[in-house]
Amino acid sequence: MAKYLFLKHYRGAPASVNNVPMDQWTPDEIDAHIQYMEDFAARLKDSGEYVDSQALAAEGAWVRYDGEGRPPVTDGPFAETKDLIAGFMIIDVASYQRAVELAGELSAAPGAGGRPIHEWLEVRPFMGAPTSITE
Amino acid sequence: MAVGAVDEAQLRDLIPGVLAALVHRGADFATAEDAVQEALMRAFETWGTRSAEYPDDPKGWLITTAWRRFIDLTRSDIARRRRESVVSDEPPPGPAASVDDTLHLYFLCAHPSLTAPSAVALTLRAVGGLTTRQIAQAYLVPESTMAQRISRAKRVVGDVRLDEPGDLRTVLKVLYLVFNEGYGGDVDLAAEAIRLARQLAASTQDEEVAGLLALFLLHHARRPARTRADGSLVPLADQDRSLWRRDMIAEGVAVLQAALARDRLGEYQAQAAIAALHGDAQTADETDWPQIVEWYDELVRLTDSPVVRLNRAVAVGEADGPQAGLAALAALDPTLPRYTASAAYLHERAGDIATAAELYVAAAERAQNVAERNHLTLRAATLRRSVQGERG
Repeated sequence: MAKYLFLKHYRGAPASVNNVPMDQWTPDEIDAHIQYMEDFAARLKDSGEYVDSQALAAEGAWVRYDGEGRPPVTDGPFAETKDLIAGFMIIDVASYQRAVELAGELSAAPGAGGRPIHEWLEVRPFMGAPTSITE
Repeated sequence: MAVGAVDEAQLRDLIPGVLAALVHRGADFATAEDAVQEALMRAFETWGTRSAEYPDDPKGWLITTAWRRFIDLTRSDIARRRRESVVSDEPPPGPAASVDDTLHLYFLCAHPSLTAPSAVALTLRAVGGLTTRQIAQAYLVPESTMAQRISRAKRVVGDVRLDEPGDLRTVLKVLYLVFNEGYGGDVDLAAEAIRLARQLAASTQDEEVAGLLALFLLHHARRPARTRADGSLVPLADQDRSLWRRDMIAEGVAVLQAALARDRLGEYQAQAAIAALHGDAQTADETDWPQIVEWYDELVRLTDSPVVRLNRAVAVGEADGPQAGLAALAALDPTLPRYTASAAYLHERAGDIATAAELYVAAAERAQNVAERNHLTLRAATLRRSVQGERG
Protein backbone atom coordinates (compact mmCIF):
# COMPACT_ATOMS: atom_id res chain seq x y z
CA MET A 1 0.00 0.00 0.00
CA ALA A 2 1.14 3.53 -0.62
CA LYS A 3 -0.17 6.81 0.68
CA TYR A 4 -0.81 9.79 -1.57
CA LEU A 5 -1.77 13.36 -0.84
CA PHE A 6 -4.24 15.15 -3.10
CA LEU A 7 -3.86 18.92 -2.88
CA LYS A 8 -6.58 21.27 -4.00
CA HIS A 9 -5.67 24.91 -4.61
CA TYR A 10 -7.54 28.16 -4.08
CA ARG A 11 -5.00 29.62 -6.48
CA GLY A 12 -1.67 28.69 -8.01
CA ALA A 13 -2.84 25.62 -9.94
CA PRO A 14 -3.20 25.75 -13.76
CA ALA A 15 -6.65 27.01 -14.80
CA SER A 16 -9.47 24.44 -14.80
CA VAL A 17 -11.39 23.69 -18.02
CA ASN A 18 -14.70 24.79 -16.47
CA ASN A 19 -13.22 27.75 -14.65
CA VAL A 20 -16.29 29.62 -13.31
CA PRO A 21 -15.84 30.52 -9.59
CA MET A 22 -18.29 28.85 -7.23
CA ASP A 23 -20.00 32.06 -6.14
CA GLN A 24 -21.34 32.36 -9.69
CA TRP A 25 -22.93 28.92 -9.80
CA THR A 26 -26.62 28.32 -9.19
CA PRO A 27 -27.70 26.92 -5.80
CA ASP A 28 -28.48 23.57 -7.42
CA GLU A 29 -25.01 23.40 -8.98
CA ILE A 30 -23.45 24.11 -5.57
CA ASP A 31 -25.57 21.39 -3.96
CA ALA A 32 -24.60 18.92 -6.68
CA HIS A 33 -20.91 19.72 -6.17
CA ILE A 34 -21.06 19.27 -2.39
CA GLN A 35 -22.95 16.00 -2.84
CA TYR A 36 -20.36 14.71 -5.32
CA MET A 37 -17.50 15.46 -2.91
CA GLU A 38 -19.29 13.71 -0.05
CA ASP A 39 -20.12 10.69 -2.18
CA PHE A 40 -16.51 10.47 -3.34
CA ALA A 41 -15.17 10.40 0.24
CA ALA A 42 -17.87 7.90 1.26
CA ARG A 43 -16.87 5.59 -1.63
CA LEU A 44 -13.21 5.67 -0.54
CA LYS A 45 -14.21 4.91 3.04
CA ASP A 46 -16.22 1.92 1.78
CA SER A 47 -13.34 0.64 -0.31
CA GLY A 48 -10.87 0.97 2.58
CA GLU A 49 -8.71 3.57 0.81
CA TYR A 50 -9.63 6.72 2.73
CA VAL A 51 -7.26 8.15 5.38
CA ASP A 52 -8.19 11.78 6.00
CA SER A 53 -9.35 14.97 4.37
CA GLN A 54 -9.45 18.54 5.62
CA ALA A 55 -10.35 21.94 4.23
CA LEU A 56 -8.13 24.94 4.98
CA ALA A 57 -9.21 28.54 5.51
CA ALA A 58 -8.01 31.05 2.90
CA GLU A 59 -6.27 33.22 5.50
CA GLY A 60 -2.82 32.62 6.96
CA ALA A 61 0.67 34.06 7.27
CA TRP A 62 4.34 33.23 6.80
CA VAL A 63 6.14 32.82 10.13
CA ARG A 64 9.83 32.45 10.93
CA TYR A 65 12.27 32.44 13.84
CA ASP A 66 13.87 35.84 14.41
CA GLY A 67 16.66 35.03 16.85
CA GLU A 68 17.16 34.43 20.54
CA GLY A 69 14.74 36.28 22.81
CA ARG A 70 12.72 37.76 19.96
CA PRO A 71 9.17 36.83 19.02
CA PRO A 72 8.81 35.05 15.66
CA VAL A 73 8.40 37.28 12.61
CA THR A 74 5.08 37.03 10.83
CA ASP A 75 4.40 38.12 7.28
CA GLY A 76 0.74 38.19 6.34
CA PRO A 77 -1.88 38.20 5.03
CA PHE A 78 -0.57 36.36 1.98
CA ALA A 79 0.15 38.24 -1.23
CA GLU A 80 -2.44 37.80 -3.99
CA THR A 81 0.15 35.98 -6.08
CA LYS A 82 0.96 33.29 -3.51
CA ASP A 83 0.03 29.72 -4.32
CA LEU A 84 -2.74 28.87 -1.83
CA ILE A 85 -3.82 25.39 -0.74
CA ALA A 86 -7.57 24.96 -0.22
CA GLY A 87 -7.54 21.51 1.27
CA PHE A 88 -6.20 18.01 1.08
CA MET A 89 -7.20 14.37 1.00
CA ILE A 90 -4.95 11.49 1.99
CA ILE A 91 -5.56 8.07 0.47
CA ASP A 92 -3.89 4.71 0.97
CA VAL A 93 -3.99 2.70 -2.24
CA ALA A 94 -2.40 -0.23 -4.05
CA SER A 95 -0.58 1.71 -6.74
CA TYR A 96 0.26 5.03 -8.34
CA GLN A 97 -2.18 4.13 -11.13
CA ARG A 98 -5.00 3.84 -8.60
CA ALA A 99 -4.06 7.22 -7.07
CA VAL A 100 -4.20 8.86 -10.50
CA GLU A 101 -7.52 7.19 -11.29
CA LEU A 102 -9.03 8.53 -8.05
CA ALA A 103 -7.60 12.03 -8.52
CA GLY A 104 -9.21 12.00 -11.95
CA GLU A 105 -12.58 11.16 -10.43
CA LEU A 106 -12.23 13.90 -7.83
CA SER A 107 -11.34 16.41 -10.56
CA ALA A 108 -14.54 15.48 -12.40
CA ALA A 109 -16.68 17.05 -9.64
CA PRO A 110 -19.46 19.07 -11.29
CA GLY A 111 -19.28 22.88 -11.41
CA ALA A 112 -21.03 25.60 -13.41
CA GLY A 113 -23.69 24.19 -15.75
CA GLY A 114 -23.40 20.83 -13.97
CA ARG A 115 -20.36 20.05 -16.14
CA PRO A 116 -17.12 18.63 -14.67
CA ILE A 117 -14.71 21.31 -13.43
CA HIS A 118 -11.61 19.42 -14.73
CA GLU A 119 -9.75 21.00 -11.83
CA TRP A 120 -6.00 20.36 -11.64
CA LEU A 121 -5.15 18.47 -8.45
CA GLU A 122 -1.66 18.00 -7.11
CA VAL A 123 -0.90 14.30 -6.43
CA ARG A 124 2.06 13.68 -4.12
CA PRO A 125 3.39 10.33 -2.88
CA PHE A 126 4.28 10.11 0.82
CA MET A 127 7.83 9.18 1.70
CA GLY A 128 7.35 5.71 3.18
CA ALA A 129 9.13 3.89 6.00
CA PRO A 130 12.20 1.81 5.03
CA THR A 131 11.12 -1.66 3.92
CA SER A 132 12.20 -4.75 5.84
CA ILE A 133 13.63 -6.50 2.80
CA THR A 134 15.90 -4.29 0.75
CA GLU A 135 17.98 -6.69 -1.34
CA MET B 1 -24.02 0.80 25.72
CA ALA B 2 -25.73 -1.27 28.38
CA VAL B 3 -23.86 -2.97 31.19
CA GLY B 4 -26.18 -5.54 32.70
CA ALA B 5 -29.09 -3.54 34.01
CA VAL B 6 -27.42 -0.14 33.99
CA ASP B 7 -26.31 2.04 31.10
CA GLU B 8 -22.85 3.47 30.64
CA ALA B 9 -23.82 7.04 31.52
CA GLN B 10 -25.46 5.94 34.78
CA LEU B 11 -22.38 3.99 35.75
CA ARG B 12 -20.14 6.93 34.89
CA ASP B 13 -22.27 9.17 37.14
CA LEU B 14 -20.68 7.29 40.05
CA ILE B 15 -17.11 8.10 39.03
CA PRO B 16 -16.57 11.49 40.72
CA GLY B 17 -17.84 10.05 44.03
CA VAL B 18 -15.61 7.00 43.70
CA LEU B 19 -12.53 9.07 42.88
CA ALA B 20 -13.34 11.52 45.68
CA ALA B 21 -13.63 8.59 48.12
CA LEU B 22 -10.15 7.33 47.20
CA VAL B 23 -8.59 10.78 47.46
CA HIS B 24 -10.44 11.34 50.73
CA ARG B 25 -8.79 8.19 52.09
CA GLY B 26 -5.31 9.40 51.32
CA ALA B 27 -4.72 8.30 47.72
CA ASP B 28 -2.88 10.73 45.46
CA PHE B 29 -5.05 12.08 42.67
CA ALA B 30 -3.01 10.84 39.69
CA THR B 31 -2.72 7.21 40.84
CA ALA B 32 -6.28 7.16 42.19
CA GLU B 33 -7.58 8.35 38.83
CA ASP B 34 -5.80 5.49 37.02
CA ALA B 35 -7.16 3.02 39.57
CA VAL B 36 -10.74 4.29 39.18
CA GLN B 37 -10.49 4.10 35.39
CA GLU B 38 -9.33 0.48 35.63
CA ALA B 39 -12.12 -0.39 38.06
CA LEU B 40 -14.61 1.13 35.64
CA MET B 41 -13.19 -0.96 32.78
CA ARG B 42 -13.55 -4.06 34.96
CA ALA B 43 -17.16 -3.18 35.66
CA PHE B 44 -17.85 -2.82 31.93
CA GLU B 45 -16.18 -6.15 31.19
CA THR B 46 -17.68 -8.26 33.97
CA TRP B 47 -20.97 -6.90 35.27
CA GLY B 48 -24.02 -8.72 34.08
CA THR B 49 -21.93 -11.53 32.56
CA ARG B 50 -21.96 -15.13 33.79
CA SER B 51 -18.83 -14.65 35.86
CA ALA B 52 -20.14 -11.72 37.89
CA GLU B 53 -23.60 -10.69 38.91
CA TYR B 54 -24.55 -7.06 38.89
CA PRO B 55 -23.54 -5.84 42.40
CA ASP B 56 -26.16 -4.61 44.87
CA ASP B 57 -23.99 -1.60 45.70
CA PRO B 58 -22.26 -0.53 42.45
CA LYS B 59 -20.53 2.46 44.02
CA GLY B 60 -19.23 0.36 46.93
CA TRP B 61 -17.98 -2.25 44.45
CA LEU B 62 -16.19 0.42 42.42
CA ILE B 63 -14.59 1.98 45.52
CA THR B 64 -13.35 -1.40 46.80
CA THR B 65 -12.08 -2.49 43.39
CA ALA B 66 -10.44 0.86 42.70
CA TRP B 67 -8.85 0.93 46.15
CA ARG B 68 -7.35 -2.52 45.68
CA ARG B 69 -6.05 -1.49 42.29
CA PHE B 70 -4.65 1.67 43.83
CA ILE B 71 -2.73 -0.44 46.38
CA ASP B 72 -1.33 -2.59 43.55
CA LEU B 73 -0.31 0.47 41.56
CA THR B 74 1.28 2.05 44.62
CA ARG B 75 3.19 -1.10 45.53
CA SER B 76 4.61 -1.44 42.08
CA ASP B 77 5.67 2.15 42.17
CA ILE B 78 9.31 3.07 42.78
CA ALA B 79 8.23 5.18 45.72
CA ARG B 80 6.53 2.26 47.45
CA ARG B 81 8.41 2.61 50.73
CA ARG B 82 7.31 6.16 51.14
CA ARG B 83 3.71 5.48 50.27
CA GLU B 84 3.12 2.16 52.00
CA SER B 85 2.93 3.94 55.31
CA VAL B 86 -0.27 5.71 54.30
CA VAL B 87 -2.21 2.81 52.80
CA SER B 88 -3.56 -0.54 53.86
CA ASP B 89 -5.37 -3.30 51.98
CA GLU B 90 -8.89 -2.36 52.94
CA PRO B 91 -10.31 1.13 52.68
CA PRO B 92 -9.88 2.65 56.12
CA PRO B 93 -13.12 3.55 57.89
CA GLY B 94 -13.83 7.20 58.21
CA PRO B 95 -16.16 9.85 56.92
CA ALA B 96 -17.44 9.14 53.43
CA ALA B 97 -16.48 11.56 50.67
CA SER B 98 -18.84 14.49 50.68
CA VAL B 99 -20.45 16.57 47.97
CA ASP B 100 -17.63 19.08 48.53
CA ASP B 101 -15.06 16.43 47.64
CA THR B 102 -16.78 15.91 44.30
CA LEU B 103 -16.85 19.64 43.72
CA HIS B 104 -13.12 19.83 44.42
CA LEU B 105 -12.52 17.26 41.68
CA TYR B 106 -14.20 19.61 39.22
CA PHE B 107 -12.00 22.46 40.46
CA LEU B 108 -8.88 20.35 40.16
CA CYS B 109 -9.64 19.24 36.58
CA ALA B 110 -10.34 22.85 35.54
CA HIS B 111 -7.39 24.26 37.51
CA PRO B 112 -6.17 27.61 36.11
CA SER B 113 -2.64 26.20 35.70
CA LEU B 114 -3.98 23.91 32.92
CA THR B 115 -4.45 24.96 29.30
CA ALA B 116 -8.03 24.70 28.00
CA PRO B 117 -7.43 21.49 25.97
CA SER B 118 -5.77 19.83 28.99
CA ALA B 119 -8.57 20.87 31.35
CA VAL B 120 -11.18 19.56 28.91
CA ALA B 121 -9.39 16.21 28.55
CA LEU B 122 -8.81 15.76 32.27
CA THR B 123 -12.41 16.66 33.12
CA LEU B 124 -13.80 14.17 30.60
CA ARG B 125 -11.62 11.41 31.99
CA ALA B 126 -11.45 12.01 35.75
CA VAL B 127 -14.96 13.39 36.27
CA GLY B 128 -16.67 12.04 33.17
CA GLY B 129 -15.19 8.55 33.31
CA LEU B 130 -14.54 8.44 29.55
CA THR B 131 -11.58 6.43 28.33
CA THR B 132 -8.57 8.10 26.75
CA ARG B 133 -9.50 6.42 23.47
CA GLN B 134 -13.02 7.86 23.53
CA ILE B 135 -11.71 11.35 24.26
CA ALA B 136 -9.08 11.06 21.52
CA GLN B 137 -11.69 9.97 18.98
CA ALA B 138 -14.02 12.77 19.96
CA TYR B 139 -11.31 15.40 19.40
CA LEU B 140 -9.78 13.76 16.32
CA VAL B 141 -6.27 13.35 17.72
CA PRO B 142 -4.18 10.17 18.03
CA GLU B 143 -4.78 8.20 21.24
CA SER B 144 -1.11 8.49 22.25
CA THR B 145 -1.34 12.29 21.99
CA MET B 146 -4.40 12.36 24.21
CA ALA B 147 -2.77 9.97 26.70
CA GLN B 148 0.21 12.32 26.97
CA ARG B 149 -2.03 15.35 27.34
CA ILE B 150 -3.90 13.71 30.22
CA SER B 151 -0.85 12.41 32.03
CA ARG B 152 0.88 15.79 31.78
CA ALA B 153 -2.26 17.48 33.07
CA LYS B 154 -2.32 15.09 36.03
CA ARG B 155 1.29 15.94 36.78
CA VAL B 156 0.54 19.68 36.64
CA VAL B 157 -2.27 19.41 39.18
CA GLY B 158 -0.48 16.75 41.24
CA ASP B 159 0.70 19.22 43.84
CA VAL B 160 -2.56 21.14 44.13
CA ARG B 161 -4.12 20.66 47.54
CA LEU B 162 -7.60 19.25 47.23
CA ASP B 163 -9.03 21.57 49.85
CA GLU B 164 -7.72 24.62 48.02
CA PRO B 165 -10.64 26.90 47.21
CA GLY B 166 -11.61 26.65 43.57
CA ASP B 167 -13.27 28.94 41.10
CA LEU B 168 -16.54 27.69 39.64
CA ARG B 169 -16.15 30.00 36.65
CA THR B 170 -13.16 28.03 35.34
CA VAL B 171 -15.21 24.82 35.65
CA LEU B 172 -18.11 26.38 33.75
CA LYS B 173 -15.77 27.52 30.97
CA VAL B 174 -14.46 23.97 30.57
CA LEU B 175 -17.97 22.50 30.38
CA TYR B 176 -18.95 25.23 27.89
CA LEU B 177 -16.02 24.18 25.69
CA VAL B 178 -16.99 20.51 25.90
CA PHE B 179 -20.56 21.36 24.85
CA ASN B 180 -19.70 23.88 22.17
CA GLU B 181 -16.68 22.31 20.50
CA GLY B 182 -17.47 18.64 20.64
CA TYR B 183 -16.68 17.31 17.18
CA GLY B 184 -17.97 13.80 16.90
CA GLY B 185 -16.95 10.22 17.22
CA ASP B 186 -18.85 7.63 19.25
CA VAL B 187 -19.27 9.89 22.25
CA ASP B 188 -21.88 12.64 22.16
CA LEU B 189 -19.89 15.37 23.89
CA ALA B 190 -22.86 17.74 24.06
CA ALA B 191 -24.83 15.11 25.97
CA GLU B 192 -21.75 14.49 28.10
CA ALA B 193 -21.47 18.20 28.95
CA ILE B 194 -25.15 18.19 29.95
CA ARG B 195 -24.60 15.15 32.17
CA LEU B 196 -21.63 16.81 33.90
CA ALA B 197 -23.48 20.12 34.28
CA ARG B 198 -26.40 18.27 35.89
CA GLN B 199 -24.02 16.56 38.27
CA LEU B 200 -22.37 19.87 39.11
CA ALA B 201 -25.76 21.56 39.60
CA ALA B 202 -26.58 18.84 42.14
CA SER B 203 -23.44 19.75 44.13
CA THR B 204 -23.87 23.52 44.30
CA GLN B 205 -26.57 26.17 44.55
CA ASP B 206 -24.65 28.52 42.24
CA GLU B 207 -27.02 30.37 39.87
CA GLU B 208 -24.54 30.36 36.99
CA VAL B 209 -24.20 26.57 37.15
CA ALA B 210 -27.97 26.40 36.75
CA GLY B 211 -27.74 29.02 33.99
CA LEU B 212 -25.19 26.95 32.09
CA LEU B 213 -27.25 23.77 32.44
CA ALA B 214 -30.31 25.66 31.16
CA LEU B 215 -28.29 27.07 28.25
CA PHE B 216 -27.11 23.57 27.27
CA LEU B 217 -30.60 22.09 27.47
CA LEU B 218 -32.17 24.89 25.45
CA HIS B 219 -29.58 24.62 22.67
CA HIS B 220 -29.51 20.83 22.69
CA ALA B 221 -33.30 20.84 22.27
CA ARG B 222 -32.88 22.46 18.85
CA ARG B 223 -30.17 20.11 17.63
CA PRO B 224 -32.46 17.75 15.67
CA ALA B 225 -33.56 20.74 13.55
CA ARG B 226 -30.16 22.43 13.18
CA THR B 227 -28.70 20.27 10.40
CA ARG B 228 -30.16 18.38 7.47
CA ALA B 229 -29.41 14.72 6.88
CA ASP B 230 -26.49 15.72 4.62
CA GLY B 231 -24.90 17.81 7.39
CA SER B 232 -25.84 21.20 5.93
CA LEU B 233 -26.87 23.98 8.34
CA VAL B 234 -30.43 25.17 8.84
CA PRO B 235 -30.61 28.75 10.21
CA LEU B 236 -32.79 29.30 13.27
CA ALA B 237 -35.53 31.07 11.31
CA ASP B 238 -35.86 28.18 8.84
CA GLN B 239 -35.79 25.33 11.34
CA ASP B 240 -38.69 22.88 11.56
CA ARG B 241 -39.77 23.72 15.10
CA SER B 242 -41.79 20.53 15.42
CA LEU B 243 -38.41 18.77 15.64
CA TRP B 244 -37.40 20.74 18.72
CA ARG B 245 -37.31 18.69 21.91
CA ARG B 246 -40.13 20.30 23.90
CA ASP B 247 -39.30 18.29 27.03
CA MET B 248 -35.76 19.67 27.05
CA ILE B 249 -36.98 23.22 26.45
CA ALA B 250 -39.42 22.88 29.36
CA GLU B 251 -36.68 21.57 31.63
CA GLY B 252 -34.27 24.32 30.55
CA VAL B 253 -36.86 27.02 31.18
CA ALA B 254 -37.68 25.58 34.62
CA VAL B 255 -34.01 25.42 35.63
CA LEU B 256 -33.46 28.96 34.34
CA GLN B 257 -36.51 30.44 36.08
CA ALA B 258 -35.46 28.96 39.42
CA ALA B 259 -32.01 30.52 38.96
CA LEU B 260 -33.29 33.92 37.83
CA ALA B 261 -35.66 34.04 40.83
CA ARG B 262 -32.60 34.22 43.09
CA ASP B 263 -31.68 37.50 41.44
CA ARG B 264 -27.97 36.95 40.92
CA LEU B 265 -27.68 37.39 37.18
CA GLY B 266 -24.63 36.18 35.26
CA GLU B 267 -23.69 35.71 31.62
CA TYR B 268 -24.83 32.09 31.33
CA GLN B 269 -28.25 32.91 32.73
CA ALA B 270 -28.54 35.81 30.28
CA GLN B 271 -27.49 33.60 27.34
CA ALA B 272 -29.97 30.96 28.48
CA ALA B 273 -32.72 33.61 28.69
CA ILE B 274 -32.12 34.46 25.02
CA ALA B 275 -32.21 30.76 24.08
CA ALA B 276 -35.43 30.39 26.13
CA LEU B 277 -37.11 33.23 24.21
CA HIS B 278 -36.26 31.48 20.93
CA GLY B 279 -37.52 28.20 22.35
CA ASP B 280 -40.73 29.89 23.38
CA ALA B 281 -41.63 31.10 19.86
CA GLN B 282 -43.91 28.70 17.98
CA THR B 283 -42.83 30.30 14.69
CA ALA B 284 -39.85 32.52 13.82
CA ASP B 285 -42.25 35.47 13.36
CA GLU B 286 -43.49 35.15 16.93
CA THR B 287 -39.98 35.68 18.35
CA ASP B 288 -39.94 38.38 21.03
CA TRP B 289 -37.01 40.34 19.57
CA PRO B 290 -37.40 43.46 21.76
CA GLN B 291 -36.97 41.32 24.87
CA ILE B 292 -34.03 39.50 23.26
CA VAL B 293 -32.35 42.88 22.66
CA GLU B 294 -32.86 43.70 26.35
CA TRP B 295 -31.12 40.49 27.32
CA TYR B 296 -28.26 41.31 24.93
CA ASP B 297 -27.97 44.69 26.68
CA GLU B 298 -27.59 42.79 29.97
CA LEU B 299 -24.99 40.53 28.36
CA VAL B 300 -23.02 43.50 27.04
CA ARG B 301 -23.08 44.96 30.56
CA LEU B 302 -21.92 41.65 32.07
CA THR B 303 -19.24 40.71 29.55
CA ASP B 304 -18.42 43.75 27.40
CA SER B 305 -17.68 41.21 24.67
CA PRO B 306 -17.44 42.40 21.03
CA VAL B 307 -18.99 39.11 19.86
CA VAL B 308 -22.01 39.79 22.08
CA ARG B 309 -22.28 43.31 20.59
CA LEU B 310 -22.30 41.76 17.11
CA ASN B 311 -25.13 39.36 18.03
CA ARG B 312 -26.95 42.28 19.64
CA ALA B 313 -26.72 44.25 16.37
CA VAL B 314 -28.42 41.38 14.51
CA ALA B 315 -31.15 41.24 17.18
CA VAL B 316 -31.62 45.01 16.89
CA GLY B 317 -32.08 44.47 13.15
CA GLU B 318 -34.96 42.09 13.91
CA ALA B 319 -36.51 44.25 16.64
CA ASP B 320 -36.19 47.74 15.11
CA GLY B 321 -35.62 47.02 11.43
CA PRO B 322 -32.52 46.27 9.33
CA GLN B 323 -31.38 49.91 9.13
CA ALA B 324 -31.18 50.09 12.94
CA GLY B 325 -29.26 46.81 12.86
CA LEU B 326 -26.82 48.14 10.26
CA ALA B 327 -26.33 51.30 12.35
CA ALA B 328 -25.48 49.18 15.41
CA LEU B 329 -23.14 47.08 13.26
CA ALA B 330 -21.34 50.18 11.94
CA ALA B 331 -20.03 50.90 15.45
CA LEU B 332 -18.21 47.54 15.60
CA ASP B 333 -14.87 46.20 14.37
CA PRO B 334 -15.29 44.72 10.85
CA THR B 335 -12.62 42.08 11.55
CA LEU B 336 -14.86 40.36 14.12
CA PRO B 337 -15.73 36.77 13.19
CA ARG B 338 -19.14 36.65 11.43
CA TYR B 339 -19.20 40.45 11.00
CA THR B 340 -19.44 40.13 7.21
CA ALA B 341 -22.07 37.38 7.43
CA SER B 342 -24.14 39.58 9.77
CA ALA B 343 -23.78 42.57 7.43
CA ALA B 344 -24.87 40.38 4.49
CA TYR B 345 -27.95 39.22 6.39
CA LEU B 346 -28.97 42.76 7.42
CA HIS B 347 -28.55 44.07 3.85
CA GLU B 348 -30.65 41.16 2.60
CA ARG B 349 -33.37 42.08 5.12
CA ALA B 350 -33.11 45.70 3.99
CA GLY B 351 -33.78 44.61 0.42
CA ASP B 352 -30.33 45.51 -0.91
CA ILE B 353 -29.92 42.12 -2.54
CA ALA B 354 -26.93 42.88 -4.77
CA THR B 355 -24.85 44.16 -1.82
CA ALA B 356 -26.02 41.25 0.31
CA ALA B 357 -24.92 38.71 -2.34
CA GLU B 358 -21.44 40.27 -2.55
CA LEU B 359 -21.13 40.28 1.24
CA TYR B 360 -22.21 36.62 1.44
CA VAL B 361 -19.39 35.74 -0.98
CA ALA B 362 -16.90 37.67 1.18
CA ALA B 363 -18.32 36.06 4.33
CA ALA B 364 -17.92 32.58 2.81
CA GLU B 365 -14.22 33.32 2.28
CA ARG B 366 -13.89 34.05 6.00
CA ALA B 367 -16.04 31.18 7.26
CA GLN B 368 -14.51 29.08 10.02
CA ASN B 369 -16.02 25.75 9.07
CA VAL B 370 -17.05 24.04 5.86
CA ALA B 371 -20.77 23.77 6.75
CA GLU B 372 -20.90 27.52 7.33
CA ARG B 373 -18.95 28.22 4.14
CA ASN B 374 -21.32 26.07 2.09
CA HIS B 375 -24.31 27.78 3.67
CA LEU B 376 -23.00 31.30 2.94
CA THR B 377 -22.02 30.39 -0.64
CA LEU B 378 -25.51 29.02 -1.21
CA ARG B 379 -27.09 32.21 0.17
CA ALA B 380 -25.00 34.25 -2.28
CA ALA B 381 -26.01 32.02 -5.21
CA THR B 382 -29.69 32.09 -4.25
CA LEU B 383 -29.75 35.90 -4.00
CA ARG B 384 -27.89 36.30 -7.32
CA ARG B 385 -30.39 34.08 -9.05
CA SER B 386 -33.30 36.10 -7.64
CA VAL B 387 -31.68 39.34 -8.90
CA GLN B 388 -31.11 37.82 -12.34
CA GLY B 389 -34.69 36.50 -12.30
CA GLU B 390 -36.02 40.04 -11.79
CA ARG B 391 -33.86 41.42 -14.61
CA GLY B 392 -34.58 38.58 -17.02
